[in-house]
Amino acid sequence: MSAGKLTMAQAINAALRDALAEDSSVVVFGEDVAQLGGVFRVTDGLHREFGESRVFDTPLAESGIVGMAVGMAMNGLRPVVEMQFDAFAYPAFEQIVSHVAKLGNRTRGKVRLPIVIRIPYAGGIGGVEHHCDSSEAYYAHTPGLTVVAPATNADAYGLLRAAIAGSDPVIFLEPKKHYFSKEEVDVAIPVPPIGRAVVRRRGNDATLIAYGPSVPVALAAADQAATEGRDLGVVDLRSIVPFDDETVCAEVRRTGRAVVVAEAPGFASVASEIAARVGEQCFHHLEAPVRRVTGFDVPYPAPKLEHHFLPGVDRILDAVDTLQWEDAA
Amino acid sequence: MSAGQLKAAITPARLLDETGRLVRGAPKPDAEALAEGYRKLVFARRLNEQCGALVRQGRLAVYPSSRGQEACQVACASVLSDGDWLFPTYRDTAAIAARGVDPVEVLTLLSGDWHCGYDPNEHKVAPQATPLATQLLHAVGVGHAARLKGEDTVVMALCGDGATSEGDFHEACNFAAVFRAPVVFFVQNNKYAISVPLARQSVAPSLAAKAIGYGMPGVRVDGNDLPALEKVLGEAVARARAGEGPTLVEADTYRVESHTNADDASRYRTDDEVTEWLPRDPLLRVKTYLTAVGALDDAREREIHAAAEEMAAAVRAGVGAGSPADPGEIFAHVYSTPTPQLARQRAALRAELDAEEA
Ligand SMILES: Cc1ncc(C[n+]2csc(CCOP(=O)(O)OP(=O)(O)O)c2C)c(N)n1
Ligand SMILES: [Mg+2]
Repeated sequence: MSAGKLTMAQAINAALRDALAEDSSVVVFGEDVAQLGGVFRVTDGLHREFGESRVFDTPLAESGIVGMAVGMAMNGLRPVVEMQFDAFAYPAFEQIVSHVAKLGNRTRGKVRLPIVIRIPYAGGIGGVEHHCDSSEAYYAHTPGLTVVAPATNADAYGLLRAAIAGSDPVIFLEPKKHYFSKEEVDVAIPVPPIGRAVVRRRGNDATLIAYGPSVPVALAAADQAATEGRDLGVVDLRSIVPFDDETVCAEVRRTGRAVVVAEAPGFASVASEIAARVGEQCFHHLEAPVRRVTGFDVPYPAPKLEHHFLPGVDRILDAVDTLQWEDAA
Repeated sequence: MSAGQLKAAITPARLLDETGRLVRGAPKPDAEALAEGYRKLVFARRLNEQCGALVRQGRLAVYPSSRGQEACQVACASVLSDGDWLFPTYRDTAAIAARGVDPVEVLTLLSGDWHCGYDPNEHKVAPQATPLATQLLHAVGVGHAARLKGEDTVVMALCGDGATSEGDFHEACNFAAVFRAPVVFFVQNNKYAISVPLARQSVAPSLAAKAIGYGMPGVRVDGNDLPALEKVLGEAVARARAGEGPTLVEADTYRVESHTNADDASRYRTDDEVTEWLPRDPLLRVKTYLTAVGALDDAREREIHAAAEEMAAAVRAGVGAGSPADPGEIFAHVYSTPTPQLARQRAALRAELDAEEA
């Protein structure tokens, strides 16, 4: 058990350590996760503490890692595997879509796959190409997968514990730009379950809807707006699938205005899905169309240019400004 | 790697030749056990024929036949113990039946339902895999997990010649070898991947020879020779159980029928080629041998065929006879607890159906 100020990497490390200690069926494996502790040091020290049979390096092959996890889960273990980077999870895509997501269904629920696939994801770290994709839409689009994206270090701990303890496969998206940001984490305080969104900030004028790395940006935008006399709320989805329509829609119905914030390219995105859902369910409460502030529809840009791509406070506030306030007068 | 190991990976092992005679120096098979094997071969052949008929009647959506490969189908199941696992493909219905799963259950998927039909945990048989070679990695995972738990489970992982070109075949062989996983990779080289002949998949000296690159033994065996298959696969299983790691076994066999009923093999191979393989039939040579050594007479032959007919009749009666699929169930197993969205979608479909009934 750990408490106090932890980075997100440390919070995830604590979750893995506590899960390994409490449940002998939990195994952790991937590329460079053992001796090195992972390229982001998320698994630091676990190999030393739990040994080669619980925490181990595999050959370099992502399909192999996920495919082997499927078999291990079929045989009673709880694999927690690490994909080294978002864009390097693609070789595992077939295993994830054709098997991880479907085996429970194909066996009429007889075989459940308690697998957690941890993916360091999204941008903001100045990574060279293939190191900063926001790939959540691929997974969220696949029935059978639970897709979780923590925004706080307490959630990183609590949601990962819940993901490992659950009976369904979870894609666990770790916003890598927050790996090294410190926050107070008290692991003894439980977080809401997977599937529940949380209102991070109550606001009466408009609701910002975000997840993962975009939550702190949305909160910063709300802070800024407050100084300009606008009271913005922020909903943190925490899990993209299951999607918490109830919490999101309750907030939007209250404020009548919504902006969705996400780093991924906006076309056919999770942000689009949220906008559509809110439109369908809150139409009579809306004072303006739901706006999306997302990445552009381009491959993730180079380090020198990524700040042009990432949704920032100004772009969010510009979108808020377009929410037809003139009609409210 | 020794010259002997290379030879084993290239020259097919054989015990019974095409004329049903023991090859020189081969140990005499136990006649009673072989007669039991013959019964299973007849069942496998009958099941293939019955399924073909069910397709023609529109009662199965599709059937990839293992006609000509029955010795492989029987052997890979018979060398396993109860606690071992089998990872079959779409073509291995007869192997699953040989493992003891009710063929009617096995045919659930091919009859047009959405699930595999049997309980994988009960029979230690994975659902039939269609995405080529993907199941091989699952087999490695089951085997590695067994090792970590201190169990002596062995996993038999099946695939075809075409599937050896897939990346997952490579990853599975490599993972199994690196982790010394108790897996037997069993490639039924039936010479075709739908229409594409072996020469377009690989120019390796043999498919079994690929094992050498992974640091595991590779063994090539006559895939129409039941005793040789049981010997080679049995030895691979014993190695795996003893903790000595995986083996890659390639069976040299032939797909006598089209890829499935929907395929037209005349577009890519000649009748002569097929005809050439027919004398190498896996049933014929066992029958000839057993008859010669006096272990199979007309009465026993009749008894075996009568039992196979009974099985076929049960398949005819059973396929599609269960209660019709419940449309609401498509939502039930996507997650262990349906999400609120799925619960709403299920209710919406229910309402549609109720309205239609009203
Ligand atoms: C990943 C993937 N690609 C393509 C297919 C379509 N397909 C089904 S069977 C088959 C041929 C496979 O040949 P082989 O591995 O030799 O097995 P066989 O059918 O001969 O038993 C193909 C291409 C598939 N099922 N999975
Ligand atoms: Mg083939």
